Amino acid sequence: MFNYEKYLRANKLPHIWCPGCGDGTVLKSLIRAIDKQGIDKNNIVLVSGIGCSSRTPGYVDFNTLHTTHGRALAFATGVKHANPDLHVIVVSGDGDATAIGGNHFIHAARRNIDITMILYNNYIYGMTGGQASPTTPLGAYASTAPFGSIEPNFNVSELAKSAGASFVGRSTSYHTKQMENLFVKALAKNGFSLVEVIVQCPTAFGRRNKLRTAVEMLKWQKDHAIPVKADLTPEQLEGKFTTGVLWDIDRPEYTEQYAQVIRKVTGKQN
Amino acid sequence: MNQKIKPVFVQGNHACVLGALKAGCRFFGGYPITPSSEIAELLALELPKVGGKFIQMEDEIAAMGAVIGASLTGMKALTATSGPGFSLKQENIGYAIMAEVPCVIVNVQRGGPSTGLPTQSSQGDVLQARWGTHGDHEIIALAPSTIPEIYHHTIRAFNLAEQYRTPVILLLDEIIGHMRELLIEVPDDQIELINRVKPSCPPEEYLPFQMVESDIPPMADFGSGYRYHVTGLCHDETGFPTNDPQKIDAFMKRLNRKISRYTDQIVEYQTAGNQDSDILIMAYGSSARSARQALRLLNSNDKTAILFQPLTIWPFPEKAFQETAKSRKSIVVVEANAGQMKREIERLVNCDIPVRLVSSLNGEPIDPKTIADAVMEVV
Ligand SMILES: Cc1ncc(C[n+]2csc(CCOP(=O)(O)OP(=O)(O)O)c2C)c(N)n1
Ligand code: SF4
Repeated sequence: MFNYEKYLRANKLPHIWCPGCGDGTVLKSLIRAIDKQGIDKNNIVLVSGIGCSSRTPGYVDFNTLHTTHGRALAFATGVKHANPDLHVIVVSGDGDATAIGGNHFIHAARRNIDITMILYNNYIYGMTGGQASPTTPLGAYASTAPFGSIEPNFNVSELAKSAGASFVGRSTSYHTKQMENLFVKALAKNGFSLVEVIVQCPTAFGRRNKLRTAVEMLKWQKDHAIPVKADLTPEQLEGKFTTGVLWDIDRPEYTEQYAQVIRKVTGKQN
Repeated sequence: MNQKIKPVFVQGNHACVLGALKAGCRFFGGYPITPSSEIAELLALELPKVGGKFIQMEDEIAAMGAVIGASLTGMKALTATSGPGFSLKQENIGYAIMAEVPCVIVNVQRGGPSTGLPTQSSQGDVLQARWGTHGDHEIIALAPSTIPEIYHHTIRAFNLAEQYRTPVILLLDEIIGHMRELLIEVPDDQIELINRVKPSCPPEEYLPFQMVESDIPPMADFGSGYRYHVTGLCHDETGFPTNDPQKIDAFMKRLNRKISRYTDQIVEYQTAGNQDSDILIMAYGSSARSARQALRLLNSNDKTAILFQPLTIWPFPEKAFQETAKSRKSIVVVEANAGQMKREIERLVNCDIPVRLVSSLNGEPIDPKTIADAVMEVV
């Protein structure tokens, strides 16, 4: 049995998440990945914005920073740039990361600053009761899309990739082993890495979209996730999504580039 | 080591940079905006030379966030902006107040609202500096009027931020930001620098928001072994969110009291002119320059006034002002806005003394003659 207690703030439990919410599953995979990487708790800064998913940092025994809605990456950039020795991880919801925080998202990826970002994609604004988000699928129902969403949705992994991220992976809260492996790879990557995790929100999304229970939602994830290795055509992928390592390249990392600048202007080589 | 320091002829924005570096600022996050951009440009050049970090963020909201993040690792951090950017920073300024994160925000004021007068001056943000972010809060804001004052008050802004664990706003304006005067820097051995108090207890006993006697709890650096939680939600002594009315009450009271109870130590002001005059002029920032020139004009007409110039604009030096205003016949407030501080002054004198406003909204410096004329009219 894996000992989660080493990482949890036991006195902050129980958590605020609804029964059946997928957020806790992500937290467990993240803890296992951090443990696997053997990162010292003192050197981890876990940063979030505002939302159900953004409550994650409160439950873990790291340096934890719960910021303003959408701004986690901005704060995290300050932390990492000021002290590149710290291991900076950002957790964010789809609304937090791609609506109000969309600008910070693309720029953190463009800078390729060494931050690991985990995006909990539940296709909805959970915390505020089920309003449409930039990832709400076309036609899906939300409290602010009572007749079905008429806005095309973002593909957040593609967005991160084209903005300049070094590593992009996608998984679901059903595929816990795959998710954990992607977290391990993302944590090890030097540069901006994103792992998008499709998570179930039975309360705010499922109820409105004919997926009444967490079990039904997990089954939906299982049925719609296609390993990227399967190499299907776009037609075959229609209505489904790929999972696994979607992108992995090496690019100069921001804080290392800045260290280079310091060496250049001070004439110090070390 | 008492080396002779040569005077330099610099812009206000440059003096601000020299002050920041002297104060130990090692992080700048910003977004370009006239008339503040020289601060970012000079720090982009200077910070790496001292091992410091500069970053141009994607907007002012991000810049403010980055500055708070950097400060949490223990660095003295600065951002600089002007009107539109100051508006964007407000939410995260509130975060820094709530989470008690020291940092300095420079606002080189320009005309507003909106894009307003990008290259011309104004003092239209004094009340935004006080109340710009939502919710009840105290704030420290400084308003220098000369290039040496900008230098000294930038250093002071960092000292106050570190001492009181709070964001400090430095209000400049286009006139003093861009004008040049002689500056003699303070030698290193004569400078008094304040650094935040760090915890001395073992990490397992650390309460990051403890109800300490001073009301200012010690602050640990992220990464120093003290793992703690920081949030913009109302929190208890441990830093975690709370809905307990008693804990909320205690926290909110301490948050406000940690500034209000130290008002006497925080406020700075100066007076000039005839201490016995019937007329009191209140002016700050670049308007205080016009007011000082007006005193000279009045002198040559055998008239006098006393000038009260707050250098700390928030908290306002209320006691000193009321003392100075006592038994004067008339007050003239000089400011480049539609009377933001005039209202404050009327409140302070209970409307017992008539208060006149000399103002300018056209982006130009206030003509000393209009101040002198206003004084002559009331004598
Ligand atoms: C500036 C600001 N605007 C709006 C809100 C209200 N708000 C809180 S959480 C949230 C959306 C959360 O949705 P998401 O980011 O998808 O996270 P989830 O709760 O689904 O995990 C909103 C709009 C806020 N806190 N701050
Ligand atoms: S509203 Fe949705 S995302 Fe939020 S805790 Fe409940 S199930 Fe989870």
